[in-house]
Amino acid sequence: MTHAAFLVIAALAVASALGLVLRRNAIHGALFLVVNLGSVAALYLTLGAEFLAAVQVIVYAGAIMVLFVFAIMVLIPGKEETGLDPRRGWRLLALPVGALLALQLLLVVRAGVGPVAPAAAVPGGVEAVARLLFTRYLLPFELTSVLLLAAMVGVLLLARRRV
Amino acid sequence: MVAESWYVALSAVLFSIGVVGVVVRRNPLVMFMSIELMLNAANLAFVAFGRRAGNADGQIAVFFVMAVAAAEVAVGLAIIVTVFRLRRRLSVDDLSLMRW
Repeated sequence: MTHAAFLVIAALAVASALGLVLRRNAIHGALFLVVNLGSVAALYLTLGAEFLAAVQVIVYAGAIMVLFVFAIMVLIPGKEETGLDPRRGWRLLALPVGALLALQLLLVVRAGVGPVAPAAAVPGGVEAVARLLFTRYLLPFELTSVLLLAAMVGVLLLARRRV
Repeated sequence: MVAESWYVALSAVLFSIGVVGVVVRRNPLVMFMSIELMLNAANLAFVAFGRRAGNADGQIAVFFVMAVAAAEVAVGLAIIVTVFRLRRRLSVDDLSLMRW
């Protein structure tokens, strides 16, 4: 049962990732990416990471993708990838190279993850995450707020109209 | 319970698709979305390894990756919008120089 669920969600994730790469229209690509992020959130649920599944839906599929769709709308897409590709041969070379990369990564996974029995108790859930976040990882957590503030100031500086 | 190696294998496949997407596409927005795909694949591997290790440290790493990704998307999209405003075109082949 869990295997079947995993296979269905994994197939959905791979298909939507391929849709993002293969579809010419950028807005279709954004919607495919939303599907992909949602299926990865479902996989987080099957791994017992409920907090991350919620954050994935809210932050990634919500906030970040809205920003992407907004940028696509502003920038009038669809005109830059029509017409003849001057470097078509080089770009098509990426397909065998990417397949080779996937093969290598899969071989590494096969070689590296042996049939070790997993640890018995898995402290998942919000409580374990919160406990770690506010004790051992408190300093990085606070530094994250500085990073977000710096990003906000940088975006304001970049996006202002030059007079 | 599905073994962690399946999750890591799926993560490898998604990461490779993201790499191909960055290379084959000409629209910087789609390239950017492919980068998000790669980050997401790495996150999946983090969570899977965290469950294998039996602690929640992997989930903490994913949390920080998400925060950095949010900042990165904001700055990157601002850069793309600025470049588009200056060039009126949006193909990465036109952007071979880092100055104008």
